[in-house]
Amino acid sequence: MFRLLRPLLAAVSAAMALSAPAYSQETIKIGEYASLTGKEAAFGQSSHKGTLLAIEEMNAAGGVLGRQLELITEDNQTKQGESATIVKKLISREKVVGVLGEVASMRSLEAAPICQAYRVPMISPSSTNPKVTQIGNYIFRVCFIDPFQGTVMAKFAKETLKIRKVALLTSVSSAYSVGLAKYFKERFIADGGEVVIEQKFTEGDKDFNAQLTAIKASGVEGIFVPGYYTEAALICKQARDLGMTVPLFGGDGWEAPELIEIGGDAVEGCYYSTHYSPEVDTPAVKEFVAKFQARFEGEIPDAMAALGYDSAGVMVDAIRRAGSTDEPAVRDALAATRDFPGVTGSTSMDKDRNASKAAVIIMVKDGKFKFVQSIAP
Amino acid sequence: MTEFLQQLLNGLSLGAIYALIALGYTMVYGVLRFINFAHSDVFMVGAFIGYFAGKHLPHGTVWGGLVALAAAMAGCAVLGIVIERLAYRPLRGGPTLNVLITAIGVSLFLEYTGQLVFGATPRAFPAIFPAKIISVRGLVVSMNQVIVIVVAAVLMVALQLSVYRTKIGMAMRAVSLNPKAAQLVGVNIDVVISFTFGLGSALAAAGGVLYALNYPSIDPLMGMVPGLKAFVAAVLGGVGNIPGAALGALILGMVETFVDGSRWSTYKDAIAFAILIGILLFRPAGLLGRFTTEKV
Repeated sequence: MFRLLRPLLAAVSAAMALSAPAYSQETIKIGEYASLTGKEAAFGQSSHKGTLLAIEEMNAAGGVLGRQLELITEDNQTKQGESATIVKKLISREKVVGVLGEVASMRSLEAAPICQAYRVPMISPSSTNPKVTQIGNYIFRVCFIDPFQGTVMAKFAKETLKIRKVALLTSVSSAYSVGLAKYFKERFIADGGEVVIEQKFTEGDKDFNAQLTAIKASGVEGIFVPGYYTEAALICKQARDLGMTVPLFGGDGWEAPELIEIGGDAVEGCYYSTHYSPEVDTPAVKEFVAKFQARFEGEIPDAMAALGYDSAGVMVDAIRRAGSTDEPAVRDALAATRDFPGVTGSTSMDKDRNASKAAVIIMVKDGKFKFVQSIAP
Repeated sequence: MTEFLQQLLNGLSLGAIYALIALGYTMVYGVLRFINFAHSDVFMVGAFIGYFAGKHLPHGTVWGGLVALAAAMAGCAVLGIVIERLAYRPLRGGPTLNVLITAIGVSLFLEYTGQLVFGATPRAFPAIFPAKIISVRGLVVSMNQVIVIVVAAVLMVALQLSVYRTKIGMAMRAVSLNPKAAQLVGVNIDVVISFTFGLGSALAAAGGVLYALNYPSIDPLMGMVPGLKAFVAAVLGGVGNIPGAALGALILGMVETFVDGSRWSTYKDAIAFAILIGILLFRPAGLLGRFTTEKV
């Protein structure tokens, strides 16, 4: 099918190139797909703002290869199946050089096979499930992966929170949640801890009373909830309503202002691991926070914004080093990324096209996200 | 034992909300013999009216909560009547399938208009009723659960009384039994049908507000899943039968809760629907429904 379409597409694009103004010939198009609306809109919005800021800055500094950059963003509405469609559109209609996205692993896993099939490099800013980059050699990411994140949280629960008996509450319909739960459990048990009870839910569930009642009866000292913020907030709320006082903790899926907005007092004293904190005291972070606040009305950038920013930076850096917008050359340059100075730390691609970075632990305190500690890989 | 009682309570409050939605499905079916698929979106609109009303009312007071609840019910009653007048009445007398497809259209219209007007991002529903937790020998009862169960029970009793003890209720039953004959003896069908839609939609709105109160994250597509469950509950109890809808909803709420709390929680919906199929195999008209032959 693709082979048949290709001459046709080439003919159409040649015709368009002849009629199009000089401006559009010169920009380098970078595609972005994000959950700008819907259940996980906070992720998409943050990530998009970071990406946009990076592109605007690089354009102000003269672009790359003497050309301006153009970011083309499409919204997948947090819906299943939508990412595949819009990424196809970005590649075949917009002819993007590279694709940036997504935050949620399940949606990155939808788009990655398409980028791989069309040989267009894709960078996921913050999908942590290992399977994402295993799709193929055109798929990269600028964040750590779940085996590391799971290990970090298991160690933190065991050593800092002194928890021996833990419950798992996993979303069975999200690749991220299932993966993170698995790595957490392996490490926690290896360290001598005990996973007393495992309960499941599906994305979009709102009632967790049944699972939490069963967890309460099992007498655990903490609950690990590897899920996204909408469910995490409701889970915390319902756990507190059931009179449970044990700490709940999760991964970077918790990172969104909505966690506190929906969860209110119930998320006080809860922990999660993530990629970066605006409170980290390095010049790069300080500069980024200042620039972000100037651009987006004083909003403080979260980890998704920082990773969105870094993903665009890494992509454009690879185009610069490749010296062309030829996709295989950009891919090779991406694979050769070493010590790229980003906001979330220096980025080097390993042989599996993953970045290895430190994790930070955040605690919710007085309705704010507080930096607790940083854990190196 | 405490765990069992706790799960029983969880199931009861979930079932009470399903019951409020299921009643609307069943009433419209009883009178018009068609499933109003837009009902679950009226439920969503109810939650949003409660949200906007709740913002302007003092939080955490009983009367403030009741005012928000009343506002949502009144708003949705009007919405239900308008939907019936604009979308369903022009099709009355035609094949039922046309109305059914129109209902799906209205449902999609409300969902996507909701996304346009309210945005697709989930919002945090304010705590409009006083939030308190009562603990009795390890059994934890949240104020919200009490409110859900009490409000649902009061509304169901009120509904039962209005259907069996008032003139309009008698007219409703007459239309349900035989619309032509009812018209011949002087019942104004248009008024009765408008009233049925208004009443059903008001109950859905109450369900929406109570649902949002318990699970305080609302979005324009929030009606889909509870709507589907309530529809199942209505069929389970015998569609067209009011106590049947309440019974079906309670059973569904209980089954879901107990499966969720066990280690087969992944199969929650599968088990709930397997039970539905099992019951319908033995009682094709539902638990309390009467079997009548129907022309499709």
